[in-house]
Amino acid sequence: MTDFAQLLPLAILGAVLGLDVVSFPQAMISRPLVAATAAATLLGDPGRGLLVGATLEMFALETLPFGASRYPEWGSAAVVSGGLFAMHGDGSPGALTVAVLAGLGCAWIGGWSMVQLRKLNARFARQRHEAVASGSKRVVEGLQVFGLTADLVRGGALTAIMLSVFVPAQTWVLNTWATDPRVSRAVVVGVAASVAAGAVWKVVHAAPGARWLLLGGLGVGLALLAIQ
Amino acid sequence: MTTRIEIGARTRLAMFVRLLAIQGAWNYETLLGNGIGFCVEPALRLLPGGEEGPAYRAALARQSQYFNAHPYMAAVAVGALARAELDGEPPARIDRFRTALCGPLGSVGDRLVWAAWLPACSLAALAAFGFGVGTVGVMVVFLGIYNAGHLALRAWGLSAGLDHGMRVASALGGPVLRRGPSHLAQASALIGGIALPLALDQVIGPGRALFGIVLGAVALGGLVLARLHGRAEGWKIAVGLLGLFVLYSVAR
Repeated sequence: MTDFAQLLPLAILGAVLGLDVVSFPQAMISRPLVAATAAATLLGDPGRGLLVGATLEMFALETLPFGASRYPEWGSAAVVSGGLFAMHGDGSPGALTVAVLAGLGCAWIGGWSMVQLRKLNARFARQRHEAVASGSKRVVEGLQVFGLTADLVRGGALTAIMLSVFVPAQTWVLNTWATDPRVSRAVVVGVAASVAAGAVWKVVHAAPGARWLLLGGLGVGLALLAIQ
Repeated sequence: MTTRIEIGARTRLAMFVRLLAIQGAWNYETLLGNGIGFCVEPALRLLPGGEEGPAYRAALARQSQYFNAHPYMAAVAVGALARAELDGEPPARIDRFRTALCGPLGSVGDRLVWAAWLPACSLAALAAFGFGVGTVGVMVVFLGIYNAGHLALRAWGLSAGLDHGMRVASALGGPVLRRGPSHLAQASALIGGIALPLALDQVIGPGRALFGIVLGAVALGGLVLARLHGRAEGWKIAVGLLGLFVLYSVAR
């Protein structure tokens, strides 16, 4: 898969979705549920993208993008994850685990890369402070275009590098994988759902009656599963 | 008495489109500042002297300095600051108003969007996934609902700012902004409760015994993470746990 023709569309998608995280247009097409599905759709298997996207989305529930705080960059990461998982349409036992772990790692590195970009934007703006203070339209717009372009490049480069690293690593890991497929899935989604449960509680605990609504919802969810 | 400068539909549209890129030059020194200048700029062309005139340049310089707010709620600031500049308010008054806007627009937006609307939409999409809705359906649920709120908030913010100018604070006291987060949190609690077991089941597949074990582990894990609130990040712990699981699966 690492050939250029397959890597390029995913890198472009990673660039566009990485841009959506903060810079443009923040329409949440970068959320894992969407981004992983989009990546897997490019490889012809949207269903697997949705599966890995839903798993990553449970992690993403915990990391809300508050202002200057540091948070993982899910856009490019979910493209990597969705791409990796869609490449293994044969249902390799550890494919979901490896794809999710790669996505989490990529999100971590992506978060770091966003911090570096913000520092670069600051340096660029500092050098043009006098022009901004004189009301130069060209400079104000130029700073904006520079930041947007640099973020686009960042997301694309990150996706391409991560895929180049993780595709061969995934092949090696899956060839030596020895855990049962259902147990493998159960572990990864169990960890993801634990993080999501903690995150939901964090979000709702201060609202009146939230405890009972959460328990009621759980009851409904479990009842629906029981009657299926 | 001076004539109030009207802002036409094309200028409003240009400002709205620019709002989508307001964080394009976000940095740790001026934060959203350059973005505010970038978004206000189309309206400033209407100032006496036109584009690149002294009034335009002074206003653009003023609006491109440090600013902090939630990116969606910054639409309120963009509208209100554009109106203040076009109304010819004294620069010192605009600067004070600009400073005063930062806090409320940050906290209201964070509580309404990041801590309420986004998780609610995300959980609704996970519930749709758990119910077995197809790929397109889940995308429509998430992107449709989220962006209906997102775009409406930006459009309302810009319009409220342009209409009210420096009296925009009254618009921030509306019931949606005051009580919305609490109602959304209640909805998230209910939807989240339904969504998590269903989504869990979708990923694991058939088999009651394994599902029961995982559900118990999730309850325990969720409880531990809730107790660790603010002291540890679950997703970072997950990287370690999953890394160990991969090593175990490869080495056994």
